[in-house]
Amino acid sequence: MYKILKADKLAANIYRMVVEAPWVAKHCQPGQFIIAKMNEEGERIPLTICDYDREAGTITIVFQPVGASTMEMAKLQTGDAFEDFVGPLGQPSEFVHEDVEELKKKKILFVAGGVGTAPVYPQVKWLHERGIQADAIIGAKTKDLVILEDEFNAVCNLYVTTDDGSYQRKGMVTQAIQDLVAEGKKYDQCVAIGPMIMMKFVCKLTKELGIPTIVSMNPIMVDGTGMCGACRLNVGGEVKFACVDGPEFDGHLVDFDLAMERQKMYKTEEGRAILREQEGDTHHGGCGHCGGDK
Amino acid sequence: MADVLKKVPVREQDPKVRATNFEEVCYGYNKEEAVEEASRCIHCKNAKCVTGCPVNIDIPDFIGAVKEGNFEEAYQIISKSSALPAICGRVCPQESQCEGKCIRGIKGEPVSIGKLERFVADWARENGIKPAPAAEKNGHKVAVIGSGPAGLTCAGDLAKLGYDVTIFEALHKAGGVLSYGIPEFRLPKDKVVAAEIENVKSLGVKIETNVIIGKSVTIDELLKEEGFEAVFIGSGAGLPMFMGIPGENANGVFSANEFLTRNNLMKAFRDDYMTPIHHGKKVAVVGGGNVAMDAARTALRLGAEVYIVYRRGEEELPARKEEVHHAKEEGIQFHLLCNPTEILVDENGWVKGMRCIRMELGEPDASGRRRPVEIPGSEFELEVDTVIMSLGTSPNPLISSTTIGLDTNRRKCIVADEETGQTSKEGVFAGGDAVTGAATVILAMGAGKSAAKGIHEFIMGKK
Repeated sequence: MYKILKADKLAANIYRMVVEAPWVAKHCQPGQFIIAKMNEEGERIPLTICDYDREAGTITIVFQPVGASTMEMAKLQTGDAFEDFVGPLGQPSEFVHEDVEELKKKKILFVAGGVGTAPVYPQVKWLHERGIQADAIIGAKTKDLVILEDEFNAVCNLYVTTDDGSYQRKGMVTQAIQDLVAEGKKYDQCVAIGPMIMMKFVCKLTKELGIPTIVSMNPIMVDGTGMCGACRLNVGGEVKFACVDGPEFDGHLVDFDLAMERQKMYKTEEGRAILREQEGDTHHGGCGHCGGDK
Repeated sequence: MADVLKKVPVREQDPKVRATNFEEVCYGYNKEEAVEEASRCIHCKNAKCVTGCPVNIDIPDFIGAVKEGNFEEAYQIISKSSALPAICGRVCPQESQCEGKCIRGIKGEPVSIGKLERFVADWARENGIKPAPAAEKNGHKVAVIGSGPAGLTCAGDLAKLGYDVTIFEALHKAGGVLSYGIPEFRLPKDKVVAAEIENVKSLGVKIETNVIIGKSVTIDELLKEEGFEAVFIGSGAGLPMFMGIPGENANGVFSANEFLTRNNLMKAFRDDYMTPIHHGKKVAVVGGGNVAMDAARTALRLGAEVYIVYRRGEEELPARKEEVHHAKEEGIQFHLLCNPTEILVDENGWVKGMRCIRMELGEPDASGRRRPVEIPGSEFELEVDTVIMSLGTSPNPLISSTTIGLDTNRRKCIVADEETGQTSKEGVFAGGDAVTGAATVILAMGAGKSAAKGIHEFIMGKK
């Protein structure tokens, strides 16, 4: 069992948990993720690593309930435990392997959207620990959904933008990127993590601006070790598995439309209808909406 | 009087009934049937069946004990060579191994060695008989990577020799392919797989799940920091292959691994489990191996009309004969000598059909099987809403890519000595599908056994 040492809420529908997982904490790097399973009947859910403490042997996860399983997971409290918690999975961010002196010469812009803010944090923190101050944009729908603002402020130059203008800048993250560039900022590298649709439009923009962009993909997965192929993506015309080849890829090569189609497999209105129709009485959740497990 | 040239028939679930449930297909022999079948064995002096068995079970000896009604003795005889008899009795390709060499088989049917093995193992489990306990601990620590057939066998054998063995498993449940790959209706998970894993644990073997070697911890750390003197890699061949044809990334196209893992390991067929699975109405399974049969029969049980699409002919189907026979009985339709060229996708990104081309058999290829050749102009469309790719698997590079000094060949298989399992790295041994590429449960067990010997000699030789 993997004990939850602390569970709290970062925003209305965003949950944070500090979990005891020494193997993962010892080896994880920015860019990697874990898979958690609540109990015997639970799904294997890939989740981003928001922070880690090698000495305490803990991993901090942040998630937003989107389906029946994550909704169940959100009910877990301090003192509860996950039956299974495995990782670190996927490849570390590319910069982890780069020479620090070379990295210091680069100007990196991180673009974080919604709950995607969480996996960006260990990246800017890692760079900060090596004397590299990156710029970061956090985008959220509204003021109440901005998360980890203090944590980011401590380790990078932060710009916050809200869709409704209720806090700091107004508009989507793409607007903020355009504004920063218009203000005279120059970037050698962009890292964008957030909803698929956000990453798609950030990539469209950075391609025009000529800024190489890394994105972190979060498709449907089962095992997370390359076994099932559920997470396959088209990257530059090649089939890649997000779990072992990624999750981070060159955003200018990712086929986002296909990735978004594939994400609908068990989730969209249509997918739900298909599941209802095909599974009939045996339908029991997992479509992301029905809560049929209850 | 029964016909001595024929096997005592085994009772099975009615095909029409079993096509709608996940209960085991084959009921196995009862005591009387087992004793009768055992009496067909002529106890050859130079028994060929033993040489046909990758773990060299003393077959005539255990069958002799069955004939006398000494089932416990029969179990202990098998246990000397195999840690997983209830599993092997169910999934071994006996027709090409022990039973393939049976002298009885020259005139008539061979002795039903597999069903007898299964009977003995099931009887032992039901009567609470455990394998003989391990020798006294010798204080040497060995790590085993993967809790599939190779790892369990290697760990069991080493534990019997007194080693302190820890198995590291990447998934949340032990068993490897026995848990995620082979379906419940062919290999019951709680009754058979979990019970045989418990037997291995009763020898003192520890199993740590949720540890991915190469990610959670590396082999070098196991050897240098965690105090293990040797490591056995039995990580299997887990990577699915795809065809590379248009439409393959559409919604509704799955690898057999994904489809089976969702159903077997994650129990998607049960209402009380959360994992979703796609219930197709018309499903095409591409491939002709055991995994293809498993995927097809699983889709059938989930309510689909199912086609096997295989590019060679009936004779060339690599699956066990019994699986093909069962699949046909249950109503799986076979499109043989036929190969997909494109998956047709609707405007919403879902599968709506599969374009195929008919094949004929040409000259034999490197594998000795006649090579299938396309018949020009013979394309046709198959109306399906789901496609399951079952084209084989290759070893996972997670370990080889994170272990310096571990050589692999061009098929990404770990290079290991056949006799001892020794790899290019000192103290590191390997066996099973990770070395050979996808093969069978019993061959992996054979390799696990040899490696256990190799590891024993290596550690004892260090003194």
